[in-house]
Amino acid sequence: MTQATADACEQITSKTEEFVRSDRMPHIWCPGCGIGTTVNCFTRAIEQCGVDLNKLAIVSGIGCTGRVAGYLNLDSFHTTHGRAIPFATGLKLSNPDLKVVLYSGDGDLIAIGGNHFIHAARRNLDITVICVNNFNYAMTGGQVAPTTPIDAIGTTAPYGVCERSFNLPFLADSCGAVYVARWTAFHVRQLTKAMVEAVNKRGFSFVEVITPCPTLYERRNRLGDGLARMEWYKENSVIKHDADTRECDIDFQGKIVCGKFVDKEDVPSLLQKRNQKTEELRVKGIACD
Amino acid sequence: MSAEQKGVLTGAHYLDGDHACSEGAIVAGCNFVAGYPITPSTEIVERIAWRFPATGGTFIQMEDEIASSITIQGAVWGGAKAMTVSSGPGISLMMEHIGFAAMTETPCVFVNVQRGGPSTGLPTLPAQADMMQARWGSHGDYEIIALSPNSPQECFDLVIEAFNFSEKYRSPVMFMMDESVGHMTEKVVIPTPDKIKTIPRKFTSKAPGDYKPYEVSSGLVPDMCKAGDGHRIHITGLTHDEKGYPVMNADCQEKLLTRIVGKIRDNVDDIAMYDEDEIEGADVVVISYGITSRISMKAIRAARQQGVKVGHIRLIVVWPFIENYVKKLAGKVKALVVPEINLGQVVLEVERCAAGQCKVVSVPHAGGAVHEPETITKAILEAVK
Ligand SMILES: Cc1ncc(C[n+]2csc(CCOP(=O)(O)OP(=O)(O)O)c2C)c(N)n1
Ligand code: SF4
Ligand SMILES: [Mg+2]
Repeated sequence: MTQATADACEQITSKTEEFVRSDRMPHIWCPGCGIGTTVNCFTRAIEQCGVDLNKLAIVSGIGCTGRVAGYLNLDSFHTTHGRAIPFATGLKLSNPDLKVVLYSGDGDLIAIGGNHFIHAARRNLDITVICVNNFNYAMTGGQVAPTTPIDAIGTTAPYGVCERSFNLPFLADSCGAVYVARWTAFHVRQLTKAMVEAVNKRGFSFVEVITPCPTLYERRNRLGDGLARMEWYKENSVIKHDADTRECDIDFQGKIVCGKFVDKEDVPSLLQKRNQKTEELRVKGIACD
Repeated sequence: MSAEQKGVLTGAHYLDGDHACSEGAIVAGCNFVAGYPITPSTEIVERIAWRFPATGGTFIQMEDEIASSITIQGAVWGGAKAMTVSSGPGISLMMEHIGFAAMTETPCVFVNVQRGGPSTGLPTLPAQADMMQARWGSHGDYEIIALSPNSPQECFDLVIEAFNFSEKYRSPVMFMMDESVGHMTEKVVIPTPDKIKTIPRKFTSKAPGDYKPYEVSSGLVPDMCKAGDGHRIHITGLTHDEKGYPVMNADCQEKLLTRIVGKIRDNVDDIAMYDEDEIEGADVVVISYGITSRISMKAIRAARQQGVKVGHIRLIVVWPFIENYVKKLAGKVKALVVPEINLGQVVLEVERCAAGQCKVVSVPHAGGAVHEPETITKAILEAVK
């Protein structure tokens, strides 16, 4: 057994069942898909956070990753493609006692939902965003995404992508995220820890997880199966905490910089700022009690 | 239930329709608004932003209307009463989420202060050209409730009804103002809270584990819950069963859509709101709504002075359409005359219901102004021949 499978097995034997809707199994994900691995990490993370599960809501957009909401035994919202963040914005602001976690794909969060992503980061909205980056639009059959590395192949770029791809940690960082980390599906322990930190963070926290989509991205680019990919992540990840996020670009088959890049204190979150404003208005007799 | 005391500005005011709409929403219990500025609706969100601290509401200006239209739905599932506000281009961007609200049965209000279109059109001038968009704009089969106020007072009164319908039917409701109603200033009387009827959300009394977000015990409208109450709900825009779980087959689709559409179609009589004037014995009946109803009244008076027996139906709720009523009416009159500030939209519905029993006359206007009353009078006089 490789290190990767050993780690994966250990994760599966955690108390995952408690957190998933067993009446919705089997899930739709392919064998070797990385999304399930991230979900294992997430269930372990929320167990470690000690959050009240009745006060934890999960919001997804549309995509293979978007199905995560439906499998977790939490208040869960499977919204529209790209719009998980604005939905979560309303949910959190109307019910601040909730912890709100977004769980969605790279296309969903960064292409169609990119505008919402940058604004939620700018606002320092009190949510956690977990982006499963499998370098493509998987649900619709492997089209290119803004995250597909230059020269990689997708069904809508059969001769290779000519566009530069997004560097998500840099995007999140430059827009104001107070917590930014990137791991791969191989780094289950580190990923779990990052999820714990992100969920506990006040303000806009962002975790990118590089995951295999063996059925589409890996197959089309001849990169082997899910397991081969884990080995590849292991060999090609460079852990660099506090790395300058400008240097976290991912080239086709290039090194993947992983780590915790941003962890800021003392930046008021949207809710903190809003509560402070309400208090000021209350003193002035403008806001109601 | 009557309106909560907090935030009700009881008394007589001089307000334009936009401001009156904001006050009505507050009285209705609206405590969450997301919006994006667009003429001629902007004053609604500006007043909300100004007034909400005093009423305990949350306003957020989103990055676009796509966002606003789903932010309010997140807020509803968090427990709020919510609305968004826009006009033509912004409303077009919201369409996917009107369908999401219909499918997930999320009560919320979409205010459309109509302006001339298509595209950027006439930002500062009136139209009623989004009536079919309100009815059919999102993809898939659904029914919508749409109200059309004709004065600032009604912007206040009827937006409360819009919220009430949204709660009663767990449905998105379109509030179809227009630029002239939005920007005209008139006296608006805000009653004391005990005189204002508001319908609170019907939350489930079931315990976590027993509650299913799409299960109906009686009628066709399931009870609501909110996130954080322990029900661990799943809400999806996919076709779903009573638990809210996705089920991808024709049987589930039929069951779900029959109920979602049925809860509105089967209750047209309950939802219908219209004013009738001298329908008995009329040879011609004008069917109008919104600002055009006020011009029509003038036109009708002129026609009556010329001896024509003209009646008037003013639709307050435009959708669902009062199909049976118009069917019967068409059998008793020579003609139905339908003036509207568009090139013929609601008239199509009138024609369909009349089904050849009488003449149906469209009095179109391309937008940018209201009709000259004479145009409508002329149409009435022609129609009666
Ligand atoms: C408005 C809209 N456009 C397009 C689609 C089709 N669609 C569904 S999922 C998806 C892409 C999903 O990609 P990603 O977010 O990366 O998720 P993945 O499937 O890779 O996990 C697209 C384009 C849609 N559902 N809605
Ligand atoms: S298509 Fe790719 S992302 Fe989707 S379930 Fe299969 S492996 Fe996972
Ligand atoms: Mg993807």
